[in-house]
Amino acid sequence: MAGLLAGCSKMVVLFPAGDVAAQQGRLVVIATLLMLLIVVPVIFLILLFAWRYRQDGKHAQTDYDPEWHHSTKLELVIWSAPLVIIIALGALTWISTHQLDPYRPLDRIAAGKPIPENTKPLEVQVVSLDWKWLFFYPEQGIATVNELAAPVDRPILFKLTSSHTMNAFYVPDLAGMIYTMPGMQTELNAVINKPGVYKGMSSHYSGAGFSGMTFKFHGLSNADFDKWVAKAKAEGQPLTRNAYRDLVKPSERNPVALFSTVEDGLYQRVLNLCVEDGQTCMHETMAKDAQRAQAQTAARKLAAASEDALCTAATRTDLQEF
Amino acid sequence: MADLAHSSVHGAHGATAVREYHLAHEPHPENGTALGFWLYLMSDCLIFAALFATWGVLGRSFAGGAGGAELFDLKLVALNTAFLLLSSITFGFAMLRKQVNDKSGTLIWLAVTGLFGLAFLAVELYEFRHLIHEGAGPQSSAAMSAFFALVGTHGLHVTFGSIWLVVLMVQIAKHGLIHENKRRLMCLSMFWHFLDVVWIGVFTFVYLMGVL
Amino acid sequence: MAMTEHTTAPAHWLLGRITWDSIPMSHEPILLWTFIAVCLGGLFVLALLTKFRLWGPMWRDWLCSIDHKKIGIMYMVLGIVMLLRGFADAVMMRLQQSMAFGENMGYLPPHHYDQVFTAHGVIMIFFVAMPLVTGLMNYLVPLQIGARDVAFPFLNNFSFWMTTAGAVLVMVSLFLGEFSTSGWLALSNLGHQNPGVGLDYYIWSLQIAGVGTTLSGINLLVTIVKMRAPGMDMMKMPIFTWTALCTNALIVASFPVLTAALVLMSLDRYLGTNFFTNDLGGNPMLYVNLIWIWGHPEVYILVLPAFGVFSEVVATFSRKRLFGYTSMVYATVCITVLSYLVWLHHFFTMGSGASVNAFFGITTMIISIPTGAKIFNWLFTMYRGRIRFTVPMLWTVGFMVTFAIGGMTGVLLAVPPADFVLHNSLFLIAHFHNVIIGGVVFAMFAGINYWFPKAFGYKLDEFWGKVSFWCWLVGFWVAFTPLYVLGLMGVTRRANHFEDPSLQIWFVIAACGAGIVALGIGAFLVQLGVSYLKRDQLRDHTGDPWDGRTLEWATSSPPPQYNFAFTPVVHDVDAWWDMKKHGYKRPLSGFQAIHMPLNTGSGVVLSVLSLVWGFALIWHMWPLAIASFAAIVIGAIVHTFNYKRDYHIPAAEVVTTENARTQLLAQHG
Repeated sequence: MAGLLAGCSKMVVLFPAGDVAAQQGRLVVIATLLMLLIVVPVIFLILLFAWRYRQDGKHAQTDYDPEWHHSTKLELVIWSAPLVIIIALGALTWISTHQLDPYRPLDRIAAGKPIPENTKPLEVQVVSLDWKWLFFYPEQGIATVNELAAPVDRPILFKLTSSHTMNAFYVPDLAGMIYTMPGMQTELNAVINKPGVYKGMSSHYSGAGFSGMTFKFHGLSNADFDKWVAKAKAEGQPLTRNAYRDLVKPSERNPVALFSTVEDGLYQRVLNLCVEDGQTCMHETMAKDAQRAQAQTAARKLAAASEDALCTAATRTDLQEF
Repeated sequence: MADLAHSSVHGAHGATAVREYHLAHEPHPENGTALGFWLYLMSDCLIFAALFATWGVLGRSFAGGAGGAELFDLKLVALNTAFLLLSSITFGFAMLRKQVNDKSGTLIWLAVTGLFGLAFLAVELYEFRHLIHEGAGPQSSAAMSAFFALVGTHGLHVTFGSIWLVVLMVQIAKHGLIHENKRRLMCLSMFWHFLDVVWIGVFTFVYLMGVL
Repeated sequence: MAMTEHTTAPAHWLLGRITWDSIPMSHEPILLWTFIAVCLGGLFVLALLTKFRLWGPMWRDWLCSIDHKKIGIMYMVLGIVMLLRGFADAVMMRLQQSMAFGENMGYLPPHHYDQVFTAHGVIMIFFVAMPLVTGLMNYLVPLQIGARDVAFPFLNNFSFWMTTAGAVLVMVSLFLGEFSTSGWLALSNLGHQNPGVGLDYYIWSLQIAGVGTTLSGINLLVTIVKMRAPGMDMMKMPIFTWTALCTNALIVASFPVLTAALVLMSLDRYLGTNFFTNDLGGNPMLYVNLIWIWGHPEVYILVLPAFGVFSEVVATFSRKRLFGYTSMVYATVCITVLSYLVWLHHFFTMGSGASVNAFFGITTMIISIPTGAKIFNWLFTMYRGRIRFTVPMLWTVGFMVTFAIGGMTGVLLAVPPADFVLHNSLFLIAHFHNVIIGGVVFAMFAGINYWFPKAFGYKLDEFWGKVSFWCWLVGFWVAFTPLYVLGLMGVTRRANHFEDPSLQIWFVIAACGAGIVALGIGAFLVQLGVSYLKRDQLRDHTGDPWDGRTLEWATSSPPPQYNFAFTPVVHDVDAWWDMKKHGYKRPLSGFQAIHMPLNTGSGVVLSVLSLVWGFALIWHMWPLAIASFAAIVIGAIVHTFNYKRDYHIPAAEVVTTENARTQLLAQHG
């Protein structure tokens, strides 16, 4: 118990520094309390009955009722009490899941702090590599490895993908985790409300170097954030395709690296798995497949239309479609 | 004569409850082969369902290459389908002959069924070769992987069904239409018709909907 | 890019990719010592078998046996042996995680650690929990329904040996090659094109064992539907049989999806197809969905029989009929159906939209309603009962408390936004161990203590049973409460090293908990030994040592091969209790010949061939793979040419057996 209390302040899931995570942590608490309403009495009764009706106790003699095995009233309670809790929890789930959908833009900075007019979220593009994190800042034109920073109280829009295998991007203080998958993009909306240094990790096992895939997330004031960006621009190397190729090679526990410039369109190439020349970009392949399917549909309609001897209003509409 | 175990209990008010706990003649449990084989077929159906689902998810991703319309030869597929459907009919004839204990009649119709099955497989293998030759083999794209997995699994089932058919023909020739062999015929019959039904699904969802 | 083979040396035509490097013992001292220990232990067992001339009887009476009772016992032995291996893996993990902080990288390099946690999960689920659950169902269902065996006795034998073949393959990976590092569901393999043998060991051991499990599911389903004693309507079946029915329906309706998913993965690996690749149209999310569509029903396959065990135990040891039989049945069926509607809760964080996530979250919560109803029903069975705290009853009360909490954390995780912060954390680990250990493992120990006298003719020692229980209960909570805490601190799973040294204390406590559980396992083994030595004092003479309620207690302990000399007629739920209440007298004469199935070695042979085939595929030994596959087909065909599958136990033999029992009952009243 004492240990638990001492550890309480370290329970970042319950006491995070970001608003989204805070709402999620609150849900953990509410759901637990709702269920304790049933679980605590049940455990109490289990221990009570076990003791009270033990063979050598007096109740085993006086209250013994071997043929009592059914009670409609009791069954109704047994089924409806949990049902009521689940209905409450279910409603809470529906609402909160939509509210806290990682893809949904934030509607507040924190409790009681709405988003100021004309605030554009800070966009960070995240790539999980073996076994490190690469962060692109398209607005600022820089990139970093294993170091993430953001200004306090500004919404952040993460766009995430992976180079080879599934990972999960997780900064417990910020917002929940989201998978990163090659050739696909996921999104996460978050905000940090307190300056500080927070830990980040991958929370989906991805191979031998997985344990070292940690990074620091810095919540900074606006001024400090600008300084941080300037530092990258001054000290960093350019992130060219060659540099990216080096990053792709498996390595563990990479030290922080800063990149002053980013080759044009590099993130899009990473997302579409066509960093190398000669590789077909996924979005092109998918477009080709979609086009071919559309062409098929169009050709079918054309063939059908020309077979119609009668020009009815319907056929004419079909012809007009394309 | 079995000693019937009944017991009487004289209740508190002198009432007697007599309950028989054994039967005069030992009951023999019903044979469960049909139900068991049906359950196995349903589990097999689930494997096919997963493969159909895979086709559903991946079936439009031809990696930019040729799609169903260009690749599938519906005339060949119609021939294939005819062979398989006919084989189901001839299996039915075999079962009718079995009903009247006509061993040679059963064997003949089984042989015809087997031949139709082999014809089906030959056409299918020809189609596969053609597709691979066109660069649309299972490695070329996710859609083709799904195609080969689904159609190939069905073909493998037909192959094993055909082997089973030959084995059963030998067993019927050797032992006649004994009870055990009739049960086995019933199972093979269920298997064969089931493959036919799956093929109708393949034909519809893969070929027809892929081309039209 | 397509998955292509990555070999450093060209493959040998016969030996495939086996090289001297495949033997890891040269560079892994832990493995070398394990191998030596296994060899010595194995030699010792072989020596014993030879000394006591047990080879013949072992082959004839056990390996070839199609008797559901022997097969059930063999499943239990398999499960317990594999428990020791799986638990050793757990201890290794706890040790590593309690020391690897900051500069200290621990004693297990990542590649080894990753195999340990993968093997731990695979073994515990597939080769401990499944065999134990299947073993209990196999042993009990025919007895409980008044039948003489299962519907397909040969298939039963074959199923067992296929499961064992899978287990053997996993064990072989210890000493030849390596095991998978991709977790128990191989999720991290996606996109990584892991070309080593480890993942192939994983795939083939599961595929082979999976065949056994699916066939066993069909077998028990048909048994329950077709072979119940006269008068036993569905609503008069013992509740354990009901849970067995639902479990086997789940098996038949879910294992094929696992088969398909692993086949697709194998095709990617062996033929370079594109189901789960990153490009050419492949979609790893498809694998995630398929594997969990199997994976969720799987955990209900494990827990439903556990619920069945507790229902039987609580009724017997409260000396009361189970409360709410009808609603228990409906609850079980509800859980069975609902278990198909929840699979997405295992990957809320994969980015499905909010409505999809919310739907699956709500369906997951709904399952807690029938589950809760069951807990209440056990509670009210105890109410106004006369409770004897035998070892099985202790396990039951321990389960009820432990599982209530574990179930609660499950409902918690079912809220998607809550899951976003707890998914894949140690909180999740604590949750599922909470329900699997608290539910399944506790049930298995309850069931073993409860039905051991039936199977072997003598009770298990009570003292060591209680020691084992308390060590498990305390050890479990000491081991996993810290993990709940760590999860709330944002610590993720499967890590072999941590940066923050302030976390260490929690891991050390958890390791202590594992140590206490180890004592519990030790006490269980001692219990087995002590009970054997004291078996004459612990003898069960009547066949009904607990004053039981269901039909298995009507037979002798152990039952004769044919179970019942005369098939019983059933009039009420708790058929044996009903018989006792109405003064049933066992027939003393009139015994007839009994029709029984014949033992056969085909199951062993086909399974060994399957094992060879799997091994050949793993190591790319193509000629051997083709030859062994052909041998399997030919072997199966040859087996079908054998029409002599049954025989009759002569009436005289039945008379002798039953007369012996009559005498025994007379002596011990």
